[in-house]
Amino acid sequence: MTKMIANAWCVLATAAALSAAPIEFDFKDPKGVNNVVFRTDAPLESINGTGSGISGKVTFDPEKPAALKGSIKLDVASLHVPNPMMKEHMHGPDWMNAKQHPDIVFEIVRLENVKTQGNTTTADAIGKMTIKGQSREMNIPVKVTYLKDRLKDRQGKEGDLLVVRSNFEIKRSDFGINKGKNEDKVADTIELSLSIAGSAPRS
Amino acid sequence: MRRILRVLALTMLFASLLSWAILGANTGWTKTSVTRMKLDPITEIEFPVVEERFVPGIDFVVAAMAAAALIYGLSFVFGRKPETIESSK
Repeated sequence: MTKMIANAWCVLATAAALSAAPIEFDFKDPKGVNNVVFRTDAPLESINGTGSGISGKVTFDPEKPAALKGSIKLDVASLHVPNPMMKEHMHGPDWMNAKQHPDIVFEIVRLENVKTQGNTTTADAIGKMTIKGQSREMNIPVKVTYLKDRLKDRQGKEGDLLVVRSNFEIKRSDFGINKGKNEDKVADTIELSLSIAGSAPRS
Repeated sequence: MRRILRVLALTMLFASLLSWAILGANTGWTKTSVTRMKLDPITEIEFPVVEERFVPGIDFVVAAMAAAALIYGLSFVFGRKPETIESSK
């Protein structure tokens, strides 16, 4: 009888452990849906652009959303503005220097102020933001939505989706992006809006 | 030659203003693409779709005006033809 109870507990514990395992989500998106939109003030008109070269991996446990960790990368060469000369300058050595610093990376260390309602979690993501080779700790508000079994609708495979959204600001002077120069032409503050979805296929 | 240059300058000015007005009367910088946002129905993420399209801006108009002014100014280099007086025989 005791052995039966012990065995039952083992089975239950294993089942619980398996169901609570963190899931790794891959944010590489060949469809180009994952994107960041940026905006900064300028005298003639505000500069509005997009970036779609998103990649990275995040582990997320639906049972423990606060344990989310991972990193998201943005390919600097994918940054786009509609004026071709402005785009060339943006990628050039004075501004983003895409050749020497091809990626913008945000490494999530931990989440704070975590609130979960249903399949949606809001929190402050504390992590290290690296732009143009310079790193700073940042606190970025995020909204994470776990879409269980929805990968089938997107890619025809069994698996889950994780949607991450965030709106935050950076100062280009904090990351050496033409620091202290042309502030009459391009504002120091850049507003960013991130909308990305990661997939976790179940093989 | 003077007249030709002046007509060219005025044509350039009006053509640039007309094309600017027709192609959207954009009061910002000239653009070679337009970004539309679409909605992904599964994730409900709004994502950008870039379309290649020429949209002249204020810089285009100013450049055309400057070119027209230059050509018009050049027309003054070519003086009037001296009047030929036909002598009666």
